[in-house]
Amino acid sequence: MAAGVGKTFRMLVEGRVELEAGRDVVIGLLETHGRAETAQVAEGLPRLPRMRVTYRQTTLEEMDLRAIMSRSPDLCLIDELAHTNAPGIEHAKRYEDVEEILAAGIDVLSTLNVQHLESLNDRITELSGVRVRETIPDGILGRADEVVLIDLTPEALLDRLREGKIYPADRIDAALNNFFRIENLAALREVALRQVAEAVGAKRLTTELVGSRDESLAADAPQAVGERLLALVEPYPGTQRLVRRAWRSAQRLGAELDLLWVREPGQRLSDDEDRSLSALRQLASVLGAKMLEEESDDLTAAIVDVACRRASTYILIGRSRPARGLARLRVPLPQRLMQRLPGVDVRIVADRSGRSKVEQP
Amino acid sequence: MSVVDIVIIAAGTALAGLAAGYWLPPHGRTPGRNPTRPVRRILLPFTGQAISRRSFEAAVRLAKAENAIIMPAYLAQVPLNLPLESALPVQCASGMPLLEAIEQRVSSLGIAVDSRIARGRSARDALRRLLDQEHFDRIIVSADEDQRSGLGYDDLRWLLERVPAEILILRPAPEDTRRISVNGGRGQSLVRP
Repeated sequence: MAAGVGKTFRMLVEGRVELEAGRDVVIGLLETHGRAETAQVAEGLPRLPRMRVTYRQTTLEEMDLRAIMSRSPDLCLIDELAHTNAPGIEHAKRYEDVEEILAAGIDVLSTLNVQHLESLNDRITELSGVRVRETIPDGILGRADEVVLIDLTPEALLDRLREGKIYPADRIDAALNNFFRIENLAALREVALRQVAEAVGAKRLTTELVGSRDESLAADAPQAVGERLLALVEPYPGTQRLVRRAWRSAQRLGAELDLLWVREPGQRLSDDEDRSLSALRQLASVLGAKMLEEESDDLTAAIVDVACRRASTYILIGRSRPARGLARLRVPLPQRLMQRLPGVDVRIVADRSGRSKVEQP
Repeated sequence: MSVVDIVIIAAGTALAGLAAGYWLPPHGRTPGRNPTRPVRRILLPFTGQAISRRSFEAAVRLAKAENAIIMPAYLAQVPLNLPLESALPVQCASGMPLLEAIEQRVSSLGIAVDSRIARGRSARDALRRLLDQEHFDRIIVSADEDQRSGLGYDDLRWLLERVPAEILILRPAPEDTRRISVNGGRGQSLVRP
């Protein structure tokens, strides 16, 4: 979540438990930041010396990847996964070192703040006004066997900061005035909780799908913990309203929003439709929604496929155009979706432009 | 007229009825959203949570006269520490209610509307990017002293010099203190004195 919540402490505690269980555990890299509690819990755990690197007449200390590889322990504790290595070292980023260690069959316990995740970095910068430079691709976290969230209320974290347990006394005021504001910490906590809930949910679904004997079980897989909205769009101006409604609902639910346009194979767009499509893509990008475009002549099948793939929990559709010809005999799209996607809510977004006419006597 | 003729005429009429029923949408309405397609596009840019009532009314008047489509555009500003392609949920949450209010009000007046959200490093940059992407026949801005539209006098000069569209800059007037804003309760548009 943030500096000072106790990530390193927890990593060391876990390492100690493994050591006592008889595994060969070493500390590959530890940053105590001068915290006495952290240093104390690290006592007794074997620690590899750091490598010294000179860059522009400054000597820096970095993790010694080769020493870890030669020592080849069962489990290596490596702090600060998002760290950027000093220039001249084999890998530019520490997570790349960790990938090599994992590839050699060594288990790794590491630490990371949520704002270091690439996909969340911009969002957190907008929320907090503070940009974190060191990021790691989300896929690195996705490959972890287990993700443990170290949760602490913002108030408790601020107490720790004021007590000097996080930074030395001369840095406390600056921290309180910048990153360590209660609204920032609350936002970070929310993002961290959601991220871990999503990661756990995704892993649960994947595990169940891989382990199932019957492919059809995929459709019955339990829903993810978080909500995910899927709005069906078409390239015409009225769709923007549907997108905005969907986005507001997503904001209220704290959910992700996907936009789906199913185009018929070989469909050609008019100039107006082309402009509307560009505007839709732009809107999706500004709102942080994901625009999905599928080509299919079976609208329902395409929607069902995407909804299953994206684990959607709500589908939002606009008012349909009047059906013509034999299409009138077909079951309407919302009903078809409800039949084929049990457990997924289908919501029809009203067209308010006609509301004033309805309300008139 | 023989019985055969009557039967043929009746069958023909029935077939014509069936064909009409087959091809026409319900209630005899013709498909499409607007019988006469708007040919001109009027851009109404804004940045805040209120726009000048005069700008809005001018846009409505012109759109009615020219059978034009009104395109309200919220100009979001991307902070320098963020990539230009960043999502801006916080700004969108503040700008979108007004966009909706304008859209609803314009629709209720029977005028076509097509909204946009543009982003850039500044209001001018966002507007420039939008103008690079799309063609507009007319742009309506208010020369407010308090620059509620987010466009200062330099920006207006830039618009006049660089943008190949008709620019309507509404002169500030003492009575122009009313604005189109948003009702916090139901998100409906209202005119606030």
